[in-house]
Amino acid sequence: MDVILLQLLNGLDKGGAYALIALGLTLTFGTLGIVNFAHGALFMLGAFCAVTVKSVLSMQMIALDPTKKTAWGTPLEIKTPYVEAWFGDFGAVLLEYSVPVSILLAIPIMLLIGVVIERGLIKHFYKRPHADQILVTFGLAIVMQEIIKAIFGANPIPQPAPEIFAGSADVGSWLGLKAGSVVYPWWRMVYLAFSAFVIAAVFCFLQFTTFGMVVRAGMADRETVGLMGIDIDRRFTIVFGLAAIVAGMAGVMYTPILSPDYHMGMDFLVLSFVVVVVGGMGSLPGAILAGFLLGILQSFASLNEVKNIFPGIDQIIIYLVAVVTLLVRPRGLMGRKGVMES
Amino acid sequence: MKKLSVNRRTVLKGTTAAAAGLAMPTFFHSKAYAANFTNAPTGGSVTLGFNVPQTGAYADEGGDELRAYKLAVKHLNGEGDGGMLNTIKPLSLKGNGILGKKVAYVTGDTQTKSDAARASAKRMIEKDGALMITGGSSSGVAIATQGLCQEAGVIFMAGLTHSNDTTGKDKKRNGFRHFFNAYMSGAALAPVLKKNYGADRNAYHLTADYTWGWTQEESIKNSTEAIGWNTVNAVRTPLGAGDFSQYITPVLNSGADVLILNHYGKDMINSLTQAVQFGLRDKVVNGKDFTIVVPLYSRLMAQGAGKNVKGIFGSTNWHWSLQDAGSKAFVKSFGQEYGFPPSQAAHTCYVQTIMYADACERAGTFNPCGVVEALEGHKFDGAGNGATEYRADDHQCFKDVLVVKGNENPTSQFDILEVVEVTPRSQVEYDPKIFGGNLGACNAGKA
Repeated sequence: MDVILLQLLNGLDKGGAYALIALGLTLTFGTLGIVNFAHGALFMLGAFCAVTVKSVLSMQMIALDPTKKTAWGTPLEIKTPYVEAWFGDFGAVLLEYSVPVSILLAIPIMLLIGVVIERGLIKHFYKRPHADQILVTFGLAIVMQEIIKAIFGANPIPQPAPEIFAGSADVGSWLGLKAGSVVYPWWRMVYLAFSAFVIAAVFCFLQFTTFGMVVRAGMADRETVGLMGIDIDRRFTIVFGLAAIVAGMAGVMYTPILSPDYHMGMDFLVLSFVVVVVGGMGSLPGAILAGFLLGILQSFASLNEVKNIFPGIDQIIIYLVAVVTLLVRPRGLMGRKGVMES
Repeated sequence: MKKLSVNRRTVLKGTTAAAAGLAMPTFFHSKAYAANFTNAPTGGSVTLGFNVPQTGAYADEGGDELRAYKLAVKHLNGEGDGGMLNTIKPLSLKGNGILGKKVAYVTGDTQTKSDAARASAKRMIEKDGALMITGGSSSGVAIATQGLCQEAGVIFMAGLTHSNDTTGKDKKRNGFRHFFNAYMSGAALAPVLKKNYGADRNAYHLTADYTWGWTQEESIKNSTEAIGWNTVNAVRTPLGAGDFSQYITPVLNSGADVLILNHYGKDMINSLTQAVQFGLRDKVVNGKDFTIVVPLYSRLMAQGAGKNVKGIFGSTNWHWSLQDAGSKAFVKSFGQEYGFPPSQAAHTCYVQTIMYADACERAGTFNPCGVVEALEGHKFDGAGNGATEYRADDHQCFKDVLVVKGNENPTSQFDILEVVEVTPRSQVEYDPKIFGGNLGACNAGKA
């Protein structure tokens, strides 16, 4: 029971990340019809917003101590973060909570990046074949990750969670099981709650605002909305920015789980595309459902008991599900008729 | 016309001269090697090929290796403070290059991929005329490059490669390794683990699924089982998995009280960080505090894992805090040049370059077969690991091995690991036959 519960929590947590990335991918595909292979890089850029904030907050005053020497004979450097020297305890708190604080920076930055990418590059590829879109966005992703590598290096950069979320919770005792039988990291639960919140917020935005209504109408019939005098292109640009924000925030909050490096977006991208295909191209609820479903399946497939029967199943389960889904239900779990169909 | 007279004296003179003439090639044979070998240098310089990961996951490690190579070239050419050239004994180098030729170098990017590494080594040999290839940061890459160098008839001086296979089943006559291996890590670590955690422990291995991971898992299992530990399970994880949570959660209720992470680089950073997040280090299992072991440490990588490495045991080939004359000289040279201390990858690459140059100098030739003969069984000291020997049977260097622990109270960003024990060479030595393989014959290639 405890093993099942643990893997379920793992699956939900992993599924939360898949769902958030797939949500942005589906938004751009559903609105702009663009297959955006740079979306994983947006997730990575979000993570590096957290790294940047931490680096800025950690900038240090350097004083030389001539009485002490380094191993190579130069005077020892004494370093103190400026933020602590200037703001005292408040500075220390800012440094401690640098990951959630980074969200504040990530939102405008990612919106700006999203709008610039859409207006500067992607809009020129709306009428081009999907293969061209894939090539250009894939190239863009490589450019972005090489820029990040040139600035931050190739090694992962740890971003610790705030101290109060650093440990793990005894979930087992909450559920009446033996104490210590099911423990789960606090930050992963925070991430799960955060994913649920962002997904709910995006749905509410699309469902209950006039802007959202226009976007949904545009997704269903772009031409008719245009004929009604609405500048749908401008709204879709904002939707692209919104998708970038979602990916960026997902990246920021994921940094204490996975130390960010320049390649982390690519690692998630392929899986997220599978999630979108399984959920149904252009279907937002499908992306969410498939994200969590595949996360949970992947987690259970990693159990030793399962791997003893099917060696290597943890590596292929997602693709296996995708193949079966496409064979049985070519439009995906919740795909709409006419999307990606000639 | 002068008459030719043949008498006893003339016959004796003639016979002696003929015998001396016939004996000449044999007389010179032991020290003379043919001049027609791959990339035999003709001008006033000699080119070395530094093949390191400049992009990809190990780019930072590769960057440090490259810094060390450049420093070695400076010292070989008589520039800078000379570094370990002042401490290694015996040493035939004079600070005027190698055999009087100025040392030049070319670099290649392995991308930590075997095919890219082979392609870049091939380019350096065929196009740039490199006489020796050196580099690493992955055993798969090192083994692939070593095979290529053997075929091409150049020397391969391995950089950071820890798999037993490099000088085991995949060893080659033209290849030499200064870095230690997984077997030595196990042999050095096991007694320290027994002393700190006792003999009654249950270990769970998470292992990177490639040649290095397999050999390390095997070596650490053998060593820990020899001290009485039980292996509960050994699970292979895909290289670059990122999120290891689904592999860590089964550990929680497996009955294991030790988690051994046979991971390196990014995988080590992520798996260790996540294991700590899952509260493994706070757990008490079988009445004992749960513990984690990282058999192969790298300071560059440990920096990535932050404070999670505190108190965790592992092994390393060398550490900048050592206080012997060789280490201090190297740290001083490197620190003054670059502003931070060198990594173990930098150290092994620097030593390999110097020892190759010294072997050429001693052999009096760049011919790979002469260099092989000079390196096989060569003993030296003053390079930071105490008395060291390139064992002739497998071309593996034997020397002391360091057992380290994540520093509980670091005094600087570089002060991540603390040396807890210097394990003597005798404790980590093994019979070369246990890993199989065959060195084969030396290949000097052709002009």
